[in-house]
Amino acid sequence: MKSIYLDYAATTPLDPRVLDAMKPFFSKKFGNTMSLHSFGREAKYELEKSRAVLAKFINARHDEIIFTGSATESINSVLKGIAFANKGKHIITSSIEHHAVLETCKWLEKQGFEITYLPVDKYGLIDLKKLEDSIRSDTILVSVMHANNEIGTIEPIEEIGKLCRDKGVLFHTDAVQSFGKIPIDVNKMNIDLLSISAHKFYGPKGVGATFIRKGTKIEPLLHGGGHEFGLRSSTENVPGIVGIAKAVELRKKEMKPEEKRLKQLRDYLIKNVLKIENSRLNGHPVKRLSNNANFSFDFIEGEALIMQLDSYGIAASTGSACSSATLEPSHVLMAIGLKHEQAHGSLRLSLGKYTKKSDIIYTIKVLPKVVENLRKISPFKGKW
Amino acid sequence: MKIPSLYSKEVMKHFTHPKNQGIIKNADGKGRVGNIVCGDLMELYIKVKNDKIVDIKFQTFGCVVAISVSSMLTEIAKGKSLEQALKITNKDILKKSGPVPPIKIHCSVLAADALHEAIYDFLSKNKRPIPKELQEEHERIQNTLKQIEGQHKEFIKFEEKILEK
Repeated sequence: MKSIYLDYAATTPLDPRVLDAMKPFFSKKFGNTMSLHSFGREAKYELEKSRAVLAKFINARHDEIIFTGSATESINSVLKGIAFANKGKHIITSSIEHHAVLETCKWLEKQGFEITYLPVDKYGLIDLKKLEDSIRSDTILVSVMHANNEIGTIEPIEEIGKLCRDKGVLFHTDAVQSFGKIPIDVNKMNIDLLSISAHKFYGPKGVGATFIRKGTKIEPLLHGGGHEFGLRSSTENVPGIVGIAKAVELRKKEMKPEEKRLKQLRDYLIKNVLKIENSRLNGHPVKRLSNNANFSFDFIEGEALIMQLDSYGIAASTGSACSSATLEPSHVLMAIGLKHEQAHGSLRLSLGKYTKKSDIIYTIKVLPKVVENLRKISPFKGKW
Repeated sequence: MKIPSLYSKEVMKHFTHPKNQGIIKNADGKGRVGNIVCGDLMELYIKVKNDKIVDIKFQTFGCVVAISVSSMLTEIAKGKSLEQALKITNKDILKKSGPVPPIKIHCSVLAADALHEAIYDFLSKNKRPIPKELQEEHERIQNTLKQIEGQHKEFIKFEEKILEK
């Protein structure tokens, strides 16, 4: 039976070279970075070396990188930490952010903060003019994702950053999906805060990082032993941190040719999938992640589609209401103007470095069959 | 290691190989129901002889469980007298399907509703008396359906266009 993974936006497999780099730090080089003895100093050395790798990759300073346990933690600590450390009560974000941002914003609303959720156009792009108009004298922070996790749309981060800089408002970007795919320069792009996660670029799960521009006023989420410049107390996860650094090193070398290859594969996939009647591409035709394809198929439901594909050995994802814990359709697909039933029949295929052309050929052979099968069962009985 | 299935064996069996799927052209009764919770839509056709369901078919726009329980319902109802069929509830379907996640129980309700609607349609077409309970059920279901059809207006328009051709 075939086994084709097309859900790299959900998570990626650990690169074997990353695993090799991590291995010694589980049991042999196990020291606590805070210890004074040689075990501790060895761990501390690796920690700081790893920090330098991340810093260099995004043109940040060494002391501007904080290791965390996940991007969700990074995002929570940025939004809450900035909100409570700075004067003002207003935060601006977009309506298509990841739940890590949206749910944190909802919680902040309960604490008395005011949140503006910027709308997006049919491609998922925010409007810079609307952003500018939303900035108030008591605006503390703007948080807009670099690239969307569902539809892959890439936001104009550099322009947003510039606008925030001019207005004297802090700018955070959730770069979970773009990091290691699109080059990021925090200075050129005017980014003050940035959140990432290792497992989205062939690193280990349970490791995230935050970039916090030097001089930014921020409260820590976790208090304790004062690790990570006092911004994230917890004994450092050295194997994980060595892992994220190794994953970054590999992306640095391999990102460019890899992204070019994926883009070609993705475009080939899109071209062929759109041959299916009553199908459409969600997201931006050009300003999108090189590995993301998101479709809607009329008259069918996404969870059923995913399970049928699964039976053919293809792993994919959907924004259908039926597949969510709340029975709500994807907020991203609703925000770009899809109707409930169109979001119902959505399919996300996300490619990665182990995706082969033959995988895509197999997928475009299976998909029309599966869609047709489900349409046969569907009461919208155009003669499928 | 065997990877655990998302749903019970029975649910997956009926999802991958649905029974009695399709339409009955000259059906004696037809039930069309929708679920406001998730936007699912289900259609059921019955053929009745001597007050017995001799044939039954379904079409469903919905998730794995919605499709699967539709298929199960047709198996349960086939061969039953109308009187027996009216007593079929979602509990009977759940007995057959095995446990489904709580959030998917509404799918089984939808299937039972579809059956009762088809029987209602048969009785009213034949100018037969309609039990009070069935009448009340019918009104509740129609109300929901109207809202669902509002949601799916464009699909329905498209469908009608194709059927005209």
